[in-house]
Amino acid sequence: MIYFILIAVLLVLIIAAAIYAVRQKDLLYATLATGIISLILSVLYFLLQAPDVALTEAAIGVALTTIIFVITVRNTVRMEDESDKKEKIKSAVK
Amino acid sequence: MKKLLVIVLLAVLGFYTASTFFDIGFGSPHFVKGIDPVKDIYINQTVKSLNVPNAVTSIVVNFRGFDTLGEVTVLFLAVTVLGSVLYKKRHEVGERSVLFSASSVVTSGAKLIFPAIILLGAYVFIHGHLSPGGGFQGGVIIATGFLLMLLSYESYSVSHKALSIVESLAGITFAGVGLLGLLHGGSFLHNFLPTGVMNSLFSGGIIPIIYIAVGFKVAAELTGVIYTVLNEKGEGNE
Repeated sequence: MIYFILIAVLLVLIIAAAIYAVRQKDLLYATLATGIISLILSVLYFLLQAPDVALTEAAIGVALTTIIFVITVRNTVRMEDESDKKEKIKSAVK
Repeated sequence: MKKLLVIVLLAVLGFYTASTFFDIGFGSPHFVKGIDPVKDIYINQTVKSLNVPNAVTSIVVNFRGFDTLGEVTVLFLAVTVLGSVLYKKRHEVGERSVLFSASSVVTSGAKLIFPAIILLGAYVFIHGHLSPGGGFQGGVIIATGFLLMLLSYESYSVSHKALSIVESLAGITFAGVGLLGLLHGGSFLHNFLPTGVMNSLFSGGIIPIIYIAVGFKVAAELTGVIYTVLNEKGEGNE
């Protein structure tokens, strides 16, 4: 019973993190939310007795993909909003 | 009209996805209808002819070893394309653009934990045939260790020449072991070494050799990816 409650809580957390990642305007926080999705997913794989997949997900999904996305976000504009980009161009022209 | 079309398409897609998922018997001994013999053959052969406790490893490296070679090749192609897209002349690669340098806590902590991460990665791929994990996982763990050092020290750099030499040697080892199997047993990646005693480190025939090669290859490739991406200076925020 406790096992099923744990899995249900983890699934709800995954959905909440996914919705947060889509709705968030700040790309850095959205990237971190996708990293959290991978982290919970690797715990779920472990609970479902697939330790090989859990290890892969933890190494690639949590660490590597998140870091590469963070580096990419750093090299672009951080906020998704269009007006922010226009202001930046204006300030660069001045 | 357009919305109606979208709804109909989504309904068709949803129906087929749902019917596929309802065929999977989660939790029951007959996981997928109809293909049970394959599962039994894999599990029995793993114990009988290979003496390996980890069935996933025996499938990935031995029964489906050719697929693994293809995966490693795909990764190699991806790294090559990334390197050619982000190519820079040598003198343009200078200091990495850092927003603020890492504090002394981070730098000394990274120096302390870096050998442990490398050791963990090596353990994961050397023990791939005994415990969960394998070449890919161990290689990625080693690459994250290098990533930690690259993030902590601005002047830390890895040699592209050394990375490509390691990568090529590992790839040649994988293909060479496969060709030796072809010479010895008549099929690519045929197991030609004694399988040894189950649950000991030197067992499983060619599986540990291939997994060590894959581990080195993945570690070198992903370290190269991280180094290339990290040295790519953005033009948006100067």
